Amino acid sequence: MTAEPLDLNLRRFMRPLGGGTHLTVWVALALLIALGAWRYDNFLSAYNISSFLQYNSMFVLISVGMCLVIMTGGIDLSVGAVAALASVVAALLSPLGLIVALPAGVLTGLVAGLLNSGLIVGLRLPPFMATLATMLAARGVALIVSDRQAVSVDWTSDFTALGMNKLGPVLPWTILVAAAVVVVAWAVLEKTSLGRTILAVGGNAEAAHLMGLKTSRALVFVYLFSGACAGLAGVFLASGYGAGQPLEGQGWELAAIASVVVGGTLLTGGMGSIPATVAGALLFGLVFNMLNFENGLGVISLSAYWQSVIRGAFLLVVILLQVRLARPQPSKA
Amino acid sequence: MTEPLLQMTGIQKAFAGVPALRDASLRIGPGEVHALVGQNGAGKSTLIKILTGVYRRDAGEVRFGGRAVDLRSPRDAQGVGIATIYQELTLVPQRTVTENIVLGYEPRRPWGTIDWKAADARAREVLSRFGIELDLDRPLGSYPTAIQQLVAIGRAASMEARLLIMDEPTSSLDEREVETLFGVIRALKERGTSILYVSHFLDELFAVCDGVTIMRDGRTVGETRIKGTTKLDLIAGMLGRDPDEIRAAGRTQLATDQTHTGPVFLEARGLSSDRRLKRLDLEVRAGEIVGLAGLLGSGRTESARAIFGMDKVTGGSLKIGGREVRLSSPREAIDAGIAFLTEDRKVEGIIPDLSVRENLTLALLPRLSKMGIVDEARERQIVEGFIKAMGIRTADMDQPIRELSGGNQQKVLLARWLALEPKLLILDEPTRGVDVGAKLEIQSIIAKHVEQGCAVLLISSEFEELIEGAHNIVVLQEGRSVRRLNNPGVTEASLIHAIAEPPDHPHMEAAE
Repeated sequence: MTAEPLDLNLRRFMRPLGGGTHLTVWVALALLIALGAWRYDNFLSAYNISSFLQYNSMFVLISVGMCLVIMTGGIDLSVGAVAALASVVAALLSPLGLIVALPAGVLTGLVAGLLNSGLIVGLRLPPFMATLATMLAARGVALIVSDRQAVSVDWTSDFTALGMNKLGPVLPWTILVAAAVVVVAWAVLEKTSLGRTILAVGGNAEAAHLMGLKTSRALVFVYLFSGACAGLAGVFLASGYGAGQPLEGQGWELAAIASVVVGGTLLTGGMGSIPATVAGALLFGLVFNMLNFENGLGVISLSAYWQSVIRGAFLLVVILLQVRLARPQPSKA
Repeated sequence: MTEPLLQMTGIQKAFAGVPALRDASLRIGPGEVHALVGQNGAGKSTLIKILTGVYRRDAGEVRFGGRAVDLRSPRDAQGVGIATIYQELTLVPQRTVTENIVLGYEPRRPWGTIDWKAADARAREVLSRFGIELDLDRPLGSYPTAIQQLVAIGRAASMEARLLIMDEPTSSLDEREVETLFGVIRALKERGTSILYVSHFLDELFAVCDGVTIMRDGRTVGETRIKGTTKLDLIAGMLGRDPDEIRAAGRTQLATDQTHTGPVFLEARGLSSDRRLKRLDLEVRAGEIVGLAGLLGSGRTESARAIFGMDKVTGGSLKIGGREVRLSSPREAIDAGIAFLTEDRKVEGIIPDLSVRENLTLALLPRLSKMGIVDEARERQIVEGFIKAMGIRTADMDQPIRELSGGNQQKVLLARWLALEPKLLILDEPTRGVDVGAKLEIQSIIAKHVEQGCAVLLISSEFEELIEGAHNIVVLQEGRSVRRLNNPGVTEASLIHAIAEPPDHPHMEAAE
């Protein structure tokens, strides 16, 4: 640390938010919240905030896992299917209580992550293909285990407490757990040598290898972490909505990738921001939430399909803004 | 004299005001195999790109087949009969041999579909000219590189090219494959095809070429028949030196004895790798700088890669501190106390989006962290120290390294390795592309660490850097160490002589 009493270094100040290139997402988030608060009566009500956070805690989780994977220059397409499988597993084990069902769901995700990293690091398959295979397999297993039906949870056990209870009037437990995971991911990235290795692998794999960094370990870690996040999201799903859903989670991987990208993380790897990714995930949820309010105002009436179109357009706008506003400085070298 | 097939005269070309070609000329006769030689940056590739229509010349004249031509695109060049075989293969490995040969020029039936029978016949005919027989339906990628290259040549020949440009055609071929290629070149020549042959393996020129053009600093400085010239003449021309002076220097070997007190840290005996390193004998003592000299392709970088565990060692022995070792990865080499500052900063060095601080401490991380958590206070202290000691010019240590100048990036990379306190530092062109001020600073930093007992293996194309910096210079030719020169006493002329002359003894001539 420098000895100066007050460090006015802008670069260091910006870093926790993700730095200058990630600023767009924060600005967009703030603008949307302001717009919502001004336009809709119940937008800032405890009910709306808590249900918003509860639903989006799942997306925050998988987006953060995806962010680490993308930072290494990889991709994890299996997260949605793995979440579905984990929700089924957790629902089936829910009579045994949260103490069994929660770890079982996370373990399901870890197994998928282990499979991914084995294919990618061990067999040197491209991440796209490896995780696509895992995605198909996980979806298949979820449908077999659940016999193609939603698996109702045991309402008499404490399993649903995680997904349905709140701390105070606004904060669902799921968002608190998700926040803890975010902090862990952020700390790994910012504070550990593993985090540096993750960025180095994505930034320049050849150089990382030549420096003697443990590149394989970093890759195994990110896929395990992403798997665990997906597994936990599956537990949230079963616990919060009362059933294991073998068909849920379709397109979640794309939503997560979009959140990461909106957060300013490069798909080519090597840089990115956990906080900005969280903001990206929330931004996406917020667009959805506000469209619901628009429907409620009775001015327009949009089906879910049109909402999807609007979200797609919104994604384009944010990314175009990023490209225009935060064009990285060309290298002087 | 018959009209040459190609005559380029007074060619000039500048990029953003910086001249790449000042006055280049090139003349190739019909059925002639003509070599183009010059050091990196002499303008060879710019001249070729003008000839193939990739760049447009600023001034000068190009005559091909007896008339002035203006080639605006590669397609134009192909149209008049100029074909290029690039160093990197530009065919489609997934498609079959036939498809690759006829791609874009497929024989068609009257109603427009491709006549595969005719295509196969053409492919077979083209390949048989070179005495090769291939399964035409197999994907090209399933054949070895050498065969793929021959197919590329076959494709060019089938397009009735009158001039075939080969850019470093042998760089990925083994000796037997080189012979096959030479056979193909002779067959093409007999049919009247001219060939422009670009290679830094000078011995090949004497085996296959008729004439040679020498370039230096964007100018053509010589053109001669290959018979009647020597390798030493060519090298002297490429470097702009007087060949007689170099010949004279070779006879007065000014080797004096050296007293380097440090113990031998690294000892390589007959080291060979799977990557063009055939026989390296080398000794580096603590507190000593050993230079590695040689032409491009002589095995300098390959020596470093083999020592650093990057390439597979296929023979010989490597001792570190007197103990025989086998290093199979950079990790193991680093643990043994070796550091390697690579030649290519962009590809093998910097992580562009990480900060100066993070780039500097990456290799050091295991020692900077407890239970995996980086001690950032200590990290900042160390980085601060290096930024001061090495005069790294950066806004602050959290600035992304890509925003720094080349010289400052290089200092950060050097600091990355110095932070590990290595016992042997391998430097591959440490001051290339670095401005003069930074160059002197980098050299003095290296000198300081050598005084403190670090051993250095210095690879450089700059003779001055080697002569002034190195205690001993090991000279490489074609993947073999052939001579060892001791300083003081090495002159530029004697070094060039050692690089150019064939080895006097089959074994290394040790002057100790």
